[in-house]
Amino acid sequence: MSVVLLFVAALLVLALLPIGFGRAARVSTALYLAATAISLFLFGFALSHLVSGGAPLTLKLPIGLPFVGANFRLDALSAFFLAVVNLGGTAASLYGIGYGRHEKSPERVLPFYPAFLAAMNLVVLADDAFTFLLSWEFMSLASWALVMAHHKERGNARAGYIYLVMAGFGTFCLLLGFGLLAGPDGGYTFEAMRAGHATPLIEALILALVLVGAGSKAGLVPLHVWLPLAHPAAPSHVSALMSGVMTKVAVYGFVRIVFDLLNGGSWWSGLVVLVLGGVTAALGVLYALMQHDLKRLLAYHTVENIGIIFIGLGLALAFQANGMAAGAALALTAALFHVFNHSLFKSLLFFGAGAVLTATGERDMEHLGGLIHKMPLTSFAFLVGCVAISALPPLNGFVSEWLTFQAILISPVLPQWALKLTIPAVGALLALSAALAAACFVKAFGITFLGRARSKAAEAATEVDRFSLTAMFALSALCLLAGILPGFVIDGLAPAIQGLVGAHMPPQAGERWLSIVPIAESRSSYDGLLVFIFIALSAFIAATAVHRLASHALRRSDPWDCGFPNADPATQYTAGSFAQPIRRVFGTLVFRAREHVEMPPPGSLEPARFETTLRDLVWDGIYAPIAGGINYAADHINWMQFLTVRRYLTLVFVSLVALLLVLAL
Amino acid sequence: MDGFIFDVAHLFAGGLVLASLMLLYQRRLYALLNVFAVQAFVLALSVAWQAYIQDAPHLYITAAIALVFKAIVIPVVLHRMIVRLGIHREIETVVGIGPTMLVGMGLVALSTVVMLQVAGAVDPLAREDLAFALSVVLLGLLLMVTRRNAVSQVVGFMSVENGLVLAATGARGMPFVVEISVAFSILIAFIVIGIFLFRIRERFDTVDIETIDSFRGELR
Amino acid sequence: MSTILDLLVQGAQMALVLLLAPFLTGLVRKVKARLLRRRGPPVLQPYRDLIRLFRKEVVLAHNASWLFRVAPYLIFAATWVAVALVPTFATGLTFSWSADLIAITALIGGARFFLALAGMDVGTSFGGIGASREVMIASLAEPAMIMITFTVALIAGSTQLSSIAQFMLSPEAGLSVSLGLALVALIIVSLAENARVPVDNPATHLELTMVHEAMVLEYSGRHLAMVELAASLKLLLYVSLIACIFAPWGLAAPGAGPIALAVGAFSYLVKLTIGAGLLGLFETAIAKMRVFRVPEFLGGAFMLGLLATLLLFVLRSH
Repeated sequence: MSVVLLFVAALLVLALLPIGFGRAARVSTALYLAATAISLFLFGFALSHLVSGGAPLTLKLPIGLPFVGANFRLDALSAFFLAVVNLGGTAASLYGIGYGRHEKSPERVLPFYPAFLAAMNLVVLADDAFTFLLSWEFMSLASWALVMAHHKERGNARAGYIYLVMAGFGTFCLLLGFGLLAGPDGGYTFEAMRAGHATPLIEALILALVLVGAGSKAGLVPLHVWLPLAHPAAPSHVSALMSGVMTKVAVYGFVRIVFDLLNGGSWWSGLVVLVLGGVTAALGVLYALMQHDLKRLLAYHTVENIGIIFIGLGLALAFQANGMAAGAALALTAALFHVFNHSLFKSLLFFGAGAVLTATGERDMEHLGGLIHKMPLTSFAFLVGCVAISALPPLNGFVSEWLTFQAILISPVLPQWALKLTIPAVGALLALSAALAAACFVKAFGITFLGRARSKAAEAATEVDRFSLTAMFALSALCLLAGILPGFVIDGLAPAIQGLVGAHMPPQAGERWLSIVPIAESRSSYDGLLVFIFIALSAFIAATAVHRLASHALRRSDPWDCGFPNADPATQYTAGSFAQPIRRVFGTLVFRAREHVEMPPPGSLEPARFETTLRDLVWDGIYAPIAGGINYAADHINWMQFLTVRRYLTLVFVSLVALLLVLAL
Repeated sequence: MDGFIFDVAHLFAGGLVLASLMLLYQRRLYALLNVFAVQAFVLALSVAWQAYIQDAPHLYITAAIALVFKAIVIPVVLHRMIVRLGIHREIETVVGIGPTMLVGMGLVALSTVVMLQVAGAVDPLAREDLAFALSVVLLGLLLMVTRRNAVSQVVGFMSVENGLVLAATGARGMPFVVEISVAFSILIAFIVIGIFLFRIRERFDTVDIETIDSFRGELR
Repeated sequence: MSTILDLLVQGAQMALVLLLAPFLTGLVRKVKARLLRRRGPPVLQPYRDLIRLFRKEVVLAHNASWLFRVAPYLIFAATWVAVALVPTFATGLTFSWSADLIAITALIGGARFFLALAGMDVGTSFGGIGASREVMIASLAEPAMIMITFTVALIAGSTQLSSIAQFMLSPEAGLSVSLGLALVALIIVSLAENARVPVDNPATHLELTMVHEAMVLEYSGRHLAMVELAASLKLLLYVSLIACIFAPWGLAAPGAGPIALAVGAFSYLVKLTIGAGLLGLFETAIAKMRVFRVPEFLGGAFMLGLLATLLLFVLRSH
């Protein structure tokens, strides 16, 4: 255990290193190399602890609160999330070795990057409320500093501001939640919280506070508004860490507090989480479809995947509250598998976006295109990421989605009426978001990489460096492996699930041909390896047969233009035009999407204008009124800034008397 | 054999719900009348089947009334009326078709839950039938509420009555005299509505409810 | 010995679907032509078309990438694997447990993903219009298919197609409202997925009325042959799916002898012929919808699937 903490401390030391030497190019490479090595070691340690299924490791340091100290614990759940965090950290650091060379202001990025990694590790290892909150806030601050690294760019300062407000609000809610969990005795260690019992009302309050606190960091609707602003503003490897890893740390916080410390909720808490998850998934992907900034599209898509994870968590809560441990194990396995999968493919996609940004300087898809010719390796890796995130077999995204569907299919046994009515609707939302996600990534890959270049920058793109490519290909390989060998991941998750709900899925290692059987052979099974072999074999047979028997002739020529040749790449579809049918079908209701066309009168040579307006109803309905209200209140209380000394003394005197009165009564 | 009999009865009831949902989906007036004729035909089949399994010959007459009047006479008369009124043949909806169908779905779910809560002690198969009948009534009301065209409101009203007939025959209790009186009152109402539609059309040159509303002449 | 026999039967299934797919397409065209009082092309014409396309030269656009050339094989492979997993003349084939109905839906989704990408590859507006409309249709057709899967799985107790077919053959399966709603929804989804009237016209080449044809506009020669074959396989998949779930009579049980297999094959041919006739009749009788009426049509199928699932959740409370 102390080994783990030593390595985390090494990360913190690494953070201090560039303070003197920030500008030197070697420092960047050295720092990222060291971070890669440390993260890799931590990943290996976490994985070995998870697989060996050993007893939890604990450590108590005499710093922090006087009678509590700083407690750290590595049990199966922490080991899983530690592995996820450090896998993301390794990949991001490896990517950063190459990407960091293009950083214009390294002194604003380099000190905070290892600090960010260290903070995320500490959150997962924390075993008492104080350490947890301290690490959580440290994580928020480090990532805020990274978001503000390019503060001169338009929109980044506002993104950082909103992020800081939301993060502070989230930590505040978590603080209140921990306070309620600690109870009147003030037991701040997680041990004490596990043993405590709260009344149902207090439990409901704790759940609401944790949902708001952890949910805002994860990106649940309606607390997601900071995510699409802050994630794209940071450098690309940091965006990958924020989307792929930090949101998972928030999920860890939720799972730890609700499943472990609260011993699960009641069935209606499962209902609330389920509904929030479903709405988040559907809204997230609809928002993503309307974007034409590549990184913002990926950030909104993170919101959708968090929704899918929370659907699994809600189902697990509902099953557990009704005493059905096997169902809870299946739902929780689906959710945690998706945690692992998402960290893999979202990091991969952000790395690709970063590569595109490095090569062209553009994030806007409307100025890209044809990059598959200029950046073939990046485009291949990005394609694998797109196929994985669209939940297509035989890659990993499909497996976690399949497991979630299987969990939904066993839920008619749940007796409560509200659940019986909601779960089919949530299943429908999940299916809808899966189909829309595929549409979103056809758009993302098609507009960015296929077609013809829409600007000079896109025409001048070149392939990126080896380190970035290695990181991307490593993640692609992992996506394929997790899709073909899902049984190993499920078995790896079993100790964590066992600790949380008291049951785990049947061991998958012995199934024939490495298939997975979640409940029973007769009900359903899936074999990723066989599907992959079949597809590869069929494609091979088809290709061989065609090349043996068919003509080999090939001729290059102009594309079909219906008699009106126009070589201008502006005639091809743009991101906005690709999304137009979906915008018309779904966006009219959800975003109040309106199209406005101005046609010049006949004979005039002016261009026609086409304008699309979208409104974010969550922002208009919730945040704008709150911000307006706060401004109004601030304006009207402002007179208190300009009082005389005597008036200030009166204020202090009155509040002191009031407190004494409260104490007396 | 028992299970098969009840399954067929449920299939007919479900078919009636499906026809009501299809009524909500239509955009053109003639298609609406055709679907209404289909709904009445399915109702006739359902009532005839109930007559067969309950061994109640008077229900055959109910089925014949449904078939002749509602599946043939009324759609034909309404068709002629539309031609003579010369009204706009597109149905203007208050909300889009998508949201209307979503609400319709919610109403079916609601009626299923309500029936299962309220009629808890009743035999579960009869409960399902009642749930479907209530859905048909609610969907007919939804049709009336979300359409601007007066003819579509008449069709919705008829559809509500279809649901009531389904409920009555399924519960194996409606006396014949009640059926006759209900059918007659509907017929009279129908004739009166028809006459009034013509008078309205003569006076205001339109049967669009929204437009007619502006003629109310109250101070707002 | 029995393993080898099982493998042979599985291989025979894969070969059979490949051979029958163009026949089905030709049959549908013949029925449509006859209903329009034309003589129509011979039923075996699609085979001749495929052979002709294989012999022709491929004309590629200057900026077509490797994805454009590889996509037809990927699309064909994904569709062929999906069809091979649907019980056509026998249930319980050797590898039928490796992918269930959800996986089959996702495989078809994968084929569509690559087809849409191929449409966008050349960078003309035709491909763009096809791809964007295809993903709009898919965004409603795929959830409807998942809801249908839920309904059937809740009734039959499994998502495996072999188990579903065996359940439907057994006396436990009754007529049920949810099953009826699922059938209506599946027919609508099949029409949408296979680019048939009223959703899309497979015989047109006017760009504003095309969806599937717009995406494959740039393909020629052997690539076009693979794409056309994949489209025929997809039609065969959906007809076989409807037959296996809703009309499973004649399917041979697992481990049956050659006579049962022959009966199964014969009944399958009969079902295909009936399906082709009904499809041709329906396509001739109805007009193509305008594009933005299609989401309402598919939304209706989605609602029906959701209603069917909801009824099963609520009314079968055990």
